[in-house]
Amino acid sequence: MSSKTLKYVLKRILLAVVTVWVVITVTFFVMHAVPGGPFMGEKAISAAAQASLEAKYGLDKPLMTQYFTYLKDIVTRFDFGPSLKQRGRMVIDIIADGLRTSAKLGLIAAALAALIGIPLGAVAALRRNRLIDRVIMVLTTAFVSMPSFIMGSLLLVLFAVRLAVLPANGATPQGLILPIVTLSLYPMAYITRLTRSSMLDVLGQDYIRTAKAKGVSSVRIIFGHALKNSLIPVITYFGPMLAYIVTGSLVVEQIFAVPGIGRAFVSSITNRDYPMVMGTTIVLAVLIVVMNLLSDILYKLVDPRINLE
Amino acid sequence: MTNKLSMHLDVDDFLPATEDEKRYMVQMRPSTTFFKDGVKRLLKNPVATASFIIIVIITLSSIIIPMFWPYSYDNMLGVNPGKPVDASYNNLSPFSYGKTELKRIEAGEKVFPHVFGTDSAGRDYFIRVVYGTRISLAVGFFASIIVLVIGMTVGSIAGYCGGKVDLIIMRIVDIIYSLPDMLMVILLASVLKLTLGPALAGTALEKIGSNIISLFIVFGVLYWVSMSRLIRGQILSLREQEYVLASRAAGAKGSWVIRKHLLPNCISVVIISTALQIPNAIFTESYLSFLGLGVNAPMPSLGSLAADALNGLSSYPFRMVIPALVISLIVLSLNLFGDGLRDAFDPKLRA
Repeated sequence: MSSKTLKYVLKRILLAVVTVWVVITVTFFVMHAVPGGPFMGEKAISAAAQASLEAKYGLDKPLMTQYFTYLKDIVTRFDFGPSLKQRGRMVIDIIADGLRTSAKLGLIAAALAALIGIPLGAVAALRRNRLIDRVIMVLTTAFVSMPSFIMGSLLLVLFAVRLAVLPANGATPQGLILPIVTLSLYPMAYITRLTRSSMLDVLGQDYIRTAKAKGVSSVRIIFGHALKNSLIPVITYFGPMLAYIVTGSLVVEQIFAVPGIGRAFVSSITNRDYPMVMGTTIVLAVLIVVMNLLSDILYKLVDPRINLE
Repeated sequence: MTNKLSMHLDVDDFLPATEDEKRYMVQMRPSTTFFKDGVKRLLKNPVATASFIIIVIITLSSIIIPMFWPYSYDNMLGVNPGKPVDASYNNLSPFSYGKTELKRIEAGEKVFPHVFGTDSAGRDYFIRVVYGTRISLAVGFFASIIVLVIGMTVGSIAGYCGGKVDLIIMRIVDIIYSLPDMLMVILLASVLKLTLGPALAGTALEKIGSNIISLFIVFGVLYWVSMSRLIRGQILSLREQEYVLASRAAGAKGSWVIRKHLLPNCISVVIISTALQIPNAIFTESYLSFLGLGVNAPMPSLGSLAADALNGLSSYPFRMVIPALVISLIVLSLNLFGDGLRDAFDPKLRA
């Protein structure tokens, strides 16, 4: 690793740390700007009970003290405090529970998107302007312009209600099929288009012509030269793909009733469970920022030609 | 060869021009402007033209249809003052009528059909879809304008000033850019929904609804960064172009350079990314509506219509399919039109 690359990596890490800090700070102050405080709207409670509740959750201290305590707890022991609505449970435990399901869902969806999208894109590029390319492009365009919640609902109507071949409830392993498909269609379509355009780019390069002129077989050209190089831009999509899957899972888990972190997040917003909202936002944000960081760094490491600024 | 320095005049140079020579001076085609040229290229692209026509049709019908449609989006047909609620109007299937309407038809009266039936509260679904389309389009359009104005201002300041100002602005942009946008949007929208509601009560903005306003604020806070990056980059690179240098060397003033060189080269990129921002905003709005953070009830948007349809999905799937199709159609044609605009107006991308 050259010193220039090292400098770039350090700079990116610094930016990621600052971003996470901004997320924590914004989340904290935005949530504390809500009028009425977390206990408003419940059954009327006496002033004494209110005071003791606030003392218990540290809400009686000055805002800045609360902020620094919150920051310290997160950084030193991943502690987001107790949940307000699910009595006796810590936010981090609820998040960990939800993440177990959601991670399974998201990782399978991501893997599916890459495993189907890359070959489809390569085929479309190699058969450029033929029928199969046209079909692939029309389908992917349709998938890209359909919001995930609509895709999910339509799949639900078709497969769970009309055909009744798959369960609509995502709590069972079989019920995870539809949410996984829903989540993977958009990234799959995106990866297909990305692979196609970068493959077309690579196929026009001089070294491909040289390889052809040398008499290298077309199989070796495709797998040894073209595909490998055309996958480099796809790496940059891994970060945004994760971000898409995380936000997509918020609605998809809602539609299919998957007991994941997305559903927990949405219900904590409606329930006004502030520590839960803050904790989930921060955990998901860290996940996305780290993933973006990794895919950016990987991109620069894989392709040394890329200008580092 | 004649001597160039000789003062002798060649009489041949002063002969009247022949017909052949005159023909060289005839303009074969009227000179064209950058804009006309782009429009011509755009019209040659059938996909972009078709998308544009679809967008125009959808936009016009969302404006015109509510003017003469006999039902309104928030009118519950089964609810009449002084009478018990007539539940026969709820969940009507397409082209069927409620009890009192059937009586009127029997009496020989003509009743305007409910083309898409009614929803669970007895509201004409067709007009709700039309109205929802209008809201979604308006939200997308204004959100893009907000992004454009803020992004352009900040981006050109950073580009023109350079130095420390540029550095500070770009670091802020970097940080906002790497924030996970959707999570921040949800967070801000859910909090603004609670804070803005009481603050707006009684003002003119109340009618628009706190949720749409908070959506605009969110867009103004978060989405200007890519636009400002784009414009800054454009200005920085255009400033260093040879033709700008040539123009300066020929004695052009700053205002001339900006008007004749920087703006025309910049504006196409700006328009294209604004056009591509609209479907993005519509997407975000429908997403937030689906989570219950979108427009305020009873106002419909395409996203909230789809979200409402989720409850009766097994019995009335068409209520989900219709807004879903409209959203997809709008987003698809805006994207294709934006791509066409880019191909037609960005000379640098032209192959």
